[in-house]
Amino acid sequence: MSAAGTTTASSPTPEPSAPQPRANAILKEIIGGNVLITILAVFLALLIGGILIAFTNEDVQEAAGYFFSRPQDTFLAIWNAVSGAYVALFQGSVYNFRRDDFATAIRPLTDTLTYAAPLIVAGLGVGLAFRVGMFNIGGRGQMLIAAAAAGWVGFSFHLPWGIHLIVAIVAGIAGGALWGGIVGLLKARTGAHEVILTIMLNYVAFYLVSYMLRTPGLLQAPDQVNPKSPPMLETAIFPALFGPAYKLHAGFILVILATIFVWWLLNRSSLGFRFRAVGENPNAARVAGMDVKNIYVYAMLVSGGLLGLAGVMQVLGTVPTGFSSGIDAGIGFDAITVALLGRSRPWGIFAAGILFGAFKAGGYSMQASEGVPVDVVTIVQSLIVLFIAAPPLVRAIFFLPDGTRRKRRTTPIVTKEVEAK
Amino acid sequence: MSTITTPDTTPVSGTLESTEIRSWKAPIALGIFVVVAAVLFVVAGRDGATTFRLSSDTDLVQLADWVLPARGTGLTVTVLLALLAAVVVGLTVAGSRLGSRARRAILAVSIVAFTFLFLLAFLTWAAAGAAIPVTGLLLGTVSLSAPLIFGALGGVISERVGVVNVAIEGQLLAGAFCAALVASITGNPFAGLIAAMVAGVLVSFVLAAFSIKYLVDQVIVGVVLNVLVLGLTSFLYSTVLSQDTAGLNTAPRFPRFPIPVLSDIPVVGPVLFRQTLIVYLMYIAVIAVYVGLFHTKWGLRLRAVGEHPQAADTVGIRVNATRFWNVSLAGAVAGLGGAYFTLDSVSSFGKDMTAGAGFIALAAVIFGRWNPIRATFAALLFGFATNLQNVLGAIGSPVPSEFMLMLPYLVTILAVAGLVGYARGPAASGKPYIKS
Repeated sequence: MSAAGTTTASSPTPEPSAPQPRANAILKEIIGGNVLITILAVFLALLIGGILIAFTNEDVQEAAGYFFSRPQDTFLAIWNAVSGAYVALFQGSVYNFRRDDFATAIRPLTDTLTYAAPLIVAGLGVGLAFRVGMFNIGGRGQMLIAAAAAGWVGFSFHLPWGIHLIVAIVAGIAGGALWGGIVGLLKARTGAHEVILTIMLNYVAFYLVSYMLRTPGLLQAPDQVNPKSPPMLETAIFPALFGPAYKLHAGFILVILATIFVWWLLNRSSLGFRFRAVGENPNAARVAGMDVKNIYVYAMLVSGGLLGLAGVMQVLGTVPTGFSSGIDAGIGFDAITVALLGRSRPWGIFAAGILFGAFKAGGYSMQASEGVPVDVVTIVQSLIVLFIAAPPLVRAIFFLPDGTRRKRRTTPIVTKEVEAK
Repeated sequence: MSTITTPDTTPVSGTLESTEIRSWKAPIALGIFVVVAAVLFVVAGRDGATTFRLSSDTDLVQLADWVLPARGTGLTVTVLLALLAAVVVGLTVAGSRLGSRARRAILAVSIVAFTFLFLLAFLTWAAAGAAIPVTGLLLGTVSLSAPLIFGALGGVISERVGVVNVAIEGQLLAGAFCAALVASITGNPFAGLIAAMVAGVLVSFVLAAFSIKYLVDQVIVGVVLNVLVLGLTSFLYSTVLSQDTAGLNTAPRFPRFPIPVLSDIPVVGPVLFRQTLIVYLMYIAVIAVYVGLFHTKWGLRLRAVGEHPQAADTVGIRVNATRFWNVSLAGAVAGLGGAYFTLDSVSSFGKDMTAGAGFIALAAVIFGRWNPIRATFAALLFGFATNLQNVLGAIGSPVPSEFMLMLPYLVTILAVAGLVGYARGPAASGKPYIKS
């Protein structure tokens, strides 16, 4: 299987004969394998992002006006624009070396992890559906319903510390699972296509939550004009992990647990085996005696539950001061790219989620300090996925040999399905 | 989409002789609607009468207004709906005793009549005591559906040739951006129209290159392209367009161009023939794609490549070239839909201005079962429902506006689950063809 280094899920390489020297094998893996491609893809994407930044920079445009009299000015301006932007990106996402003490300098890294938390769980949900051969674009709806459920428990129930948080989380996960389960059930029973169902349910959830948010007595805060909920009660908010100075909350521990759970589910459990079997070939799975339709339902329940957890993270962790109908913050769609970058493998998604979280955290500081629109981050992210998806293109660009002689089988993202009767 | 394609899953039935599969989906779906009708129109019936205004003051031929009492209409229609549902139940019970052609015809007529009656009763109920401008309602429907129809046509062409097109959203957005930019610079909307087509083709080139040459999963490329185009247009919008809004983002719009005689036909005229050039292009495109797909050599080859590339290759059709050029064509059509946003409805580009229209178009493709005419009707349904909400919002309807906005999506879910059911796309859609 793919992605050495990005996953622990890879099966042993199929070379039973003549054990190669270990270092040799690793070198081969790096040159031909996915690690190098991933690094080069990130590099290429950043390069293209840099070109865009340079072209739209005012100093560069000014210097380019007299390019032939003093070309070095142009190059200097390009260097300043691009390096300034990327340094700001790094400072905003990993380590701010302009700060004096370590405690404040490391704060961006914790911001990154905070942003990464919902992205990772949502990516796990989308990736799990991919592994079963389904395309869950319904992250937005599942997150919104989950956020509404968890938020409602969070601000209206009065429960002791600890229990309140758990009840709110469970309510959110149940909400997401319900919204995803509808899709699975309809697909299994009527054969309706899950792409249509999830898109439609996104809108239904959005309008439903919008309605509840502007109706007093449902979710709207009392004496509020705006469609917004009251703030969460103190007992329902994820506690901060490193004190109030950092945004990182206990939800991140939940993220790690969720990643381990999905890894266990997919690679060690009997249900996960059936998930993967259906994803690889539903017809073979049916012939082997699996109830393919029920698998679709279970998979959508778990997938929706994970996306629901992402909604919970948003409502009880990132923005505990009350939510509006934009609480999903596009994470449901970002999760698709995260799952693709992580190749639908739990630890791959974990890494991809942290990378995207870093882009998100750094993008805002880049916009604030350098005036580069945050959208450049979106461009870089999508280019990374595009390049990683096409290793031959990256190899061609860098004149690399086709390192993988043995044909690697990539995980099929979407495959066939069984007809509903 | 490859999820849809099941060339080799014939239902494993117990016996080998042809068994009649009796589907209860349609009766159940209609039954749900009858219950909804009974609850809304009878139990929660409203007093007063609804006026359907069929012509405006400027029309040449004046039609009299149509006045219907809300409660009486609701009751009558509910009974009729129940009868129609009973007919469909009867059809299902009768099963194979009726000829399949006759059964299908009766079913189709019943469903069309059912939909029309339900809509009529709903309008009467929702607007009780007020007037509904029918022409305005339909006119807005055509306007709101135009980009969806272009997008859906692009989707149909692309998927019929065997490349899943999830990137419709990206093609629309790129088209809208380039149309606004070029039309503003040149001051000529026609230049904008061409730029929009070029933009759509460029997005298609990437889709085609990655899916045909690099064999990347087409759904992945599509999703990523949407994000990429969104990022690019937003980035350029903030860095370039917003620097000089007057010079770069103020596109001249196409004027309305009433077609002489046709536009004086009552109801139909103002709705269909007092439109802009882009909408007329849309009529041509729908017909051209339909005729082209099903009645020309081009269409036959295209469908052959999408259904069975090996067979097409055997008879000498160049599979990958056919795919590449037709996906590009699909991009051009979808790009035109993008131009509608900036050259017809508003005259400037805004961040993420398509706001998910491409995904609705994708739903229309699948809902319309990869047929250009049916996909057009599916797109019209979405446009109609959105506009219905606008019109009823202006009148002041008893239903919260959110539920009105939700309606088209709920109807789609019910229709997809109940009436369309298992949608089978072109057999080879989503699968790269590797010549061996």
